[in-house]
Amino acid sequence: MGVADKITPPTLDQSQFDQWFDQRFEARMAEREAAHVPSLSIIATKGTLDWAYPPFILASTAGALGWDVSVFFTFYGLELLKKDLHLEISPLGNPSMPMKMPFGPQWLKDINWKVPNVVMAGVPGFEKMATGLMAQTVKNKGVATIDELRSACIEADAKLFACQMTVDLFGYSQDEFIPEIEGWIGAASFLPTAQKSDVCLFI
Amino acid sequence: MNAPATHSLDARGLNCPLPILRTKKALSELGTGDTLAVISTDPGSLKDMQAFCKQTGHDLISSSSNQGEFEFLIRKA
Repeated sequence: MGVADKITPPTLDQSQFDQWFDQRFEARMAEREAAHVPSLSIIATKGTLDWAYPPFILASTAGALGWDVSVFFTFYGLELLKKDLHLEISPLGNPSMPMKMPFGPQWLKDINWKVPNVVMAGVPGFEKMATGLMAQTVKNKGVATIDELRSACIEADAKLFACQMTVDLFGYSQDEFIPEIEGWIGAASFLPTAQKSDVCLFI
Repeated sequence: MNAPATHSLDARGLNCPLPILRTKKALSELGTGDTLAVISTDPGSLKDMQAFCKQTGHDLISSSSNQGEFEFLIRKA
């Protein structure tokens, strides 16, 4: 505590005191703000290739900005922590997903293929094909792979937590997952972390 | 004119958030006061690099765009 914190000379009248207080308060708040490390908590619940991007992009970017990052992977989100990532995408029931060819002449690439649901559901291997096309598009556009983003998160010391209940529920074994997992925990352990974070997202 | 950068990073062809992640990695290997020249093609990197430097305290000395390429000069804090 500096001297200025202690002295309130008796000569100060109310308005001078208010002014002094406001200035001190502002300065203290600014110091506090400057020393504060922002934190991000994400609850990742989806395990498809498209939904794998938001948590890993936000977590790795926050890590690059020097934030404290924690991600809780639960239900299908646990797929994102597997040693071998086999993430797929399903265009079925997803009318917002553009279906475009990642190769061929520009006029072909520009076509948005409106494939009826019944075809997507009925053609064997349709999701494999869609996954292949998305992987090619990702490569063409210089977008990172999920593996790359996950490594970036680990490098940036993002804490990756796995939901123990999901492991039991789906009959997984812990050695199917990457060794960098910070802990096998439940909702009761993650919520206090989420409570204290500046940004908390459910994805 | 600024003095030439002591280090450089080619982030061309990479998309969000890779230019930022690579920049952060490159900066972590430099010493305080070293400068890093980054070149990218991601239009989002123009705003992102400003935000990154503001948040991390590194000094964004200059940024410019030229025919779809963006150049940044950063001094490590």
